[in-house]
Amino acid sequence: MEYNWDWSILVQEPYLWWLITGTGWTLAVSAAAWCIAVVLGTLIGIARTLPNRFVAGIATAYTELFRNVPLLVQLFLWYFVAPEILPAPMGHWIKRDLPLPEFATAVVGLGLYTAARVSIQVRAGIQSLRRGLAMAGYAQGMTVAQVYRHILLPVAFRVVIPPFTTEFLTVFKNSSLALTIGVLELTAQSGQISEYSFHSFEAFTAATAIYILITMTVAAAMSLVERRLPAVA
Amino acid sequence: MMSDLQLILQSLPFLLEGLGLSLLLTLLVAVGGILMALVLALLRLSGNRALSTLAATYVNFFRSMPLILVIFWFFFLVPLVIGRPVGSFYSALIAFTLFEAAHYTEIIRAGILSVSRGQGWAAAATGLTYGQSLRYVILPQAFRNMTPLLLTQGIILFQDTSLVFVVSLSDFLTSVTIVARNEGRLVSMYIFAAVVYFAICFVASRFVHQFEKKAVR
Amino acid sequence: MISLRNVDKWYGQFHTLKKCSVDVSRGEVLVICGPSGSGKSTLVKCVNGLESFQAGEIIVDGVSVGALGTDMPKLRARIGMVFQSFELYPHMSVLDNICLAQEKVLNRSRGDAEERARGLLERVGLAEHEKKLPSQLSGGQQQRVAIARALAMDPIAMLFDEPTSALDPEMINEVLEVMVQLAQDGMTMMVVTHEMGFARKVADRVIFMDQGEIVEDADKDAFFTAPSSDRAKTFLSRILAHI
Repeated sequence: MEYNWDWSILVQEPYLWWLITGTGWTLAVSAAAWCIAVVLGTLIGIARTLPNRFVAGIATAYTELFRNVPLLVQLFLWYFVAPEILPAPMGHWIKRDLPLPEFATAVVGLGLYTAARVSIQVRAGIQSLRRGLAMAGYAQGMTVAQVYRHILLPVAFRVVIPPFTTEFLTVFKNSSLALTIGVLELTAQSGQISEYSFHSFEAFTAATAIYILITMTVAAAMSLVERRLPAVA
Repeated sequence: MMSDLQLILQSLPFLLEGLGLSLLLTLLVAVGGILMALVLALLRLSGNRALSTLAATYVNFFRSMPLILVIFWFFFLVPLVIGRPVGSFYSALIAFTLFEAAHYTEIIRAGILSVSRGQGWAAAATGLTYGQSLRYVILPQAFRNMTPLLLTQGIILFQDTSLVFVVSLSDFLTSVTIVARNEGRLVSMYIFAAVVYFAICFVASRFVHQFEKKAVR
Repeated sequence: MISLRNVDKWYGQFHTLKKCSVDVSRGEVLVICGPSGSGKSTLVKCVNGLESFQAGEIIVDGVSVGALGTDMPKLRARIGMVFQSFELYPHMSVLDNICLAQEKVLNRSRGDAEERARGLLERVGLAEHEKKLPSQLSGGQQQRVAIARALAMDPIAMLFDEPTSALDPEMINEVLEVMVQLAQDGMTMMVVTHEMGFARKVADRVIFMDQGEIVEDADKDAFFTAPSSDRAKTFLSRILAHI
């Protein structure tokens, strides 16, 4: 095994800058996609538990559709296929005027995919509550909306916070798929450094270290938040 | 010009070969990953602090890495260690197995912990050794509890195999992409890929769901 | 005030309620007893529409339960219900538990709701616990809070679904005492319970259910001294053998 070590390339230009911007894109894609996923996933998860069968059915179809197609295929669909099959004005707009098209596509694709995963957690959180709890609300004359607003969601919220963290870490790792449609995020940059400098070992080690560091930071921050949430018996 | 259907039919042997590679990779990785994960889970629960920490570190390490980066790593490392180029299939196989083992370990560990401690005590009280109680009492119950999760992880793994696209290994998605680019039919070919993946994964997940329901009873 | 006419309910193939008819008049206390799985709990949950039924009719204070055009939330707000496992809202203090529906459903001001809540907490003997979370209370205390929560809506009738079955024996009496007081104050009540001592003390009538049917519907005295059906006799002899 012959290998020519040189860790100093990591702090040389342009490689250091590539790592920094790569990390920046990774965080930007992850954060934006996570926001979409949490908002949309929560709505879909709630919809799946509603007494209205039609609404629940549509929400379930969303979840099944998005979690049974590989994320990479979904990204390709959004990037290569959507602009062609959307109504012409929208397609043209995406192709010509959408700012940062790769970034935007990655965020939307990753967000919609992760929303399906979040919806599963939210639904499970609501269903983990005893059925009687909702009944107690209805028995006092509350409407479906009031029961969700005042009873089910506040209690379920505490149950789904830990999975939300896990989902951020999942999005964070999955954001590396954005490289396939040309987003120069961290993994892509480490690959580029490896190609240009032939110092693959150093390049991948740097990327690995950054991923682990951020993962550990997020996990630590979230466990701090979780400890502050009042426990529910 | 050929219709989309004609194109798919004409390329079918090539596409099926790609699908075969995806399924083969899934199968080999699932078997290898589960075996490796079983060892890791037992180390994790061994009570020996050093071994347990080692296994935990392995799991946490691979769980905080993007799979694509792992694929990149082994695509570079494997030929370097072996000293000669090997096909990207073997690099992918090793990368996926080591990566998936970390995910399977968590499932197996939870499965073992789901068997009540009383079962272990009862086994020990009848004079079974630690190994025997694992083999005959704990693991059979644990595997029954975790089979649905292992199968679900298998479906996720099958979806993940599409990532070998980044090292141009000709799995199903890569094959679809080759046809799509050669014929300039990105739209129809990628929709076709999505439909095929959906059909396989949806049917498989329904199957797991049925299995789960039966197991509960 | 509450009237059930030939109520039928199926869970899939399972016939849970078979042509159940019973009337409760204003100020009356009706005790419902019977073996587990006999449909008692389902019956009271049908009265405020928490369970649906497929045939028959239930009229509460002139309003048809579950009929098209019936405002169910409005009707439920007028009927208090106490559950076997309390179902206090775990994320809210005792006081907030009692205030929530007063504010959101009856649109009372926070001040009025609190005043009403404090009065009721006093009445069930828990005035000093208003700031606590449900998890900080004993089972008996939680159930008394649940009763106060139901009473806060100024209900025209109260439904009790095995209110003491989930309690440790030493806590049963503190809950029963509150219920006895309520009965003596003239509240209309439907009570599913195995507490025959309670039934003897305050019930006006007792119905006995078995396999989804109302087998016996009698005045309290007639029920305890001379039940007409064999099933009720057997049940009574078993349940009273130890008293």
